Amino acid sequence: MNREDVIEGLKGGAIIAISSAPFAILFGAVAVDNGLSVLDAAVMSATVYAGASQLVGIELFGHHVAPWLIVLSIFAVNFRHILYSAALTRFISHFSPIQKFFAFFLLTDPQFAESVKRGEDGRGVSFAWYLGFGLSIYFPWLFFSGVGAWFGSMIGDPRTLAIDVLLPTYFMGLVLAFRQRMGFYPVVFASTLGSIAAYHLVGSPWHVSIGAAVGVAVAALLPLPASEPKPIAEEAEA
Amino acid sequence: MSDILNPEMLLLIFAAAVATFLTRVGGYVLITRMKTIPPRMEQALNAVPAAVLTTLVAPAFFNGGWDVKTAMLVALMVSLRYPGLIMLAAGWAAAMTSRHLFGF
Repeated sequence: MNREDVIEGLKGGAIIAISSAPFAILFGAVAVDNGLSVLDAAVMSATVYAGASQLVGIELFGHHVAPWLIVLSIFAVNFRHILYSAALTRFISHFSPIQKFFAFFLLTDPQFAESVKRGEDGRGVSFAWYLGFGLSIYFPWLFFSGVGAWFGSMIGDPRTLAIDVLLPTYFMGLVLAFRQRMGFYPVVFASTLGSIAAYHLVGSPWHVSIGAAVGVAVAALLPLPASEPKPIAEEAEA
Repeated sequence: MSDILNPEMLLLIFAAAVATFLTRVGGYVLITRMKTIPPRMEQALNAVPAAVLTTLVAPAFFNGGWDVKTAMLVALMVSLRYPGLIMLAAGWAAAMTSRHLFGF
C-alpha cells in the first residue's frame, strides 16, 4: 500500500468526518428520541452507514410505519448509490473482488464525489487512498453516532440550536460543487421540479428517487457535446 | 429506551443494511454486464450526483419556514466564495439569528 495515498486519503476524509459529525450526533440523538437504544443506533450506523437514509428510517420508525415500508424507504433514499457504483466502476476496475466489496460498502456521497474527481483529473483512485478516505469517515461516523445517542436526551429541541438547517445546507453545498459541469442548471432545475411535484403528489421519501430520475432523464436528453469535453470538476470537500 | 438489543429492531436494521449494500453494489453489477457505456448513458450518469442531491435540498427549502429559507440563501451566497464548512457555519448563524433575534 502506498503510504502517501493512505495519508492523503485520511486527510481528505477527516474534513468530511468533521463536517458530518454534527449529523452523526443528530442521528444518534434522534434515534434515541424515537425509541432506539444507544446500541441499536451504533449498530445502525455501523451496518447501514448512510446518513440521510438512517435519519429517514428513524423518522418512520418513530411514526410506527410497517417495517417493510421502512426498509423500502431506506432503499429509495439510497437508490442513488446504484448510479454511483455504476459511474465509479470504470475508476476502480483494478481493485480485487475483496477490495471492491469494501469499496462498495464504504460508498457514500463524498466518497463518490471525491473518487470521481480524482479519477477524472488523472490522479487515479488507488485502494490505499480509497480505504484511507473511507475509514476516516466511517469510524468518526460511528463514534459520533454513539456520542449523539448517549447525550441525546440532553439536546432537547434541535430547532433551538438550529441543528435542523445543517442537513439541507450541507446537501446544497454538495450540489453547488458540481456547478461547473455540463448541463448542471437544466439538471438541477428538472430535479427540483420533479422532487417538489413528487413530494406533493406521491409523498416522501419517493420524491428522492422520482426527482433524481427526472433530472437524470433530462441529462440523457440534452444534446451531446460535439467533441469530448473535459468536465472541469470543482467539487468542494463538504 | 433500553440498552439491551431488541431482536426485532436488529432484524430491521440488518434488512436496511442489506438493502443499502444492494444499492451500493447494484450499479457495478449492471454496468459490468454491458461492454461499453453509451455516450448518453454516460452523460446521464455524470448528472446523477447533482440530480439526487437536489431532491434532498429542494423540498427542505420550499417546505421550510422563512428561517430555513434565509439560512439556505445566505449559505448559497457564501458558497460562491468560501468552502463548505464556512458555508455551513454561515447558514447556521443565519438560522440562529432569524430564530432567536427575529423569532421566525
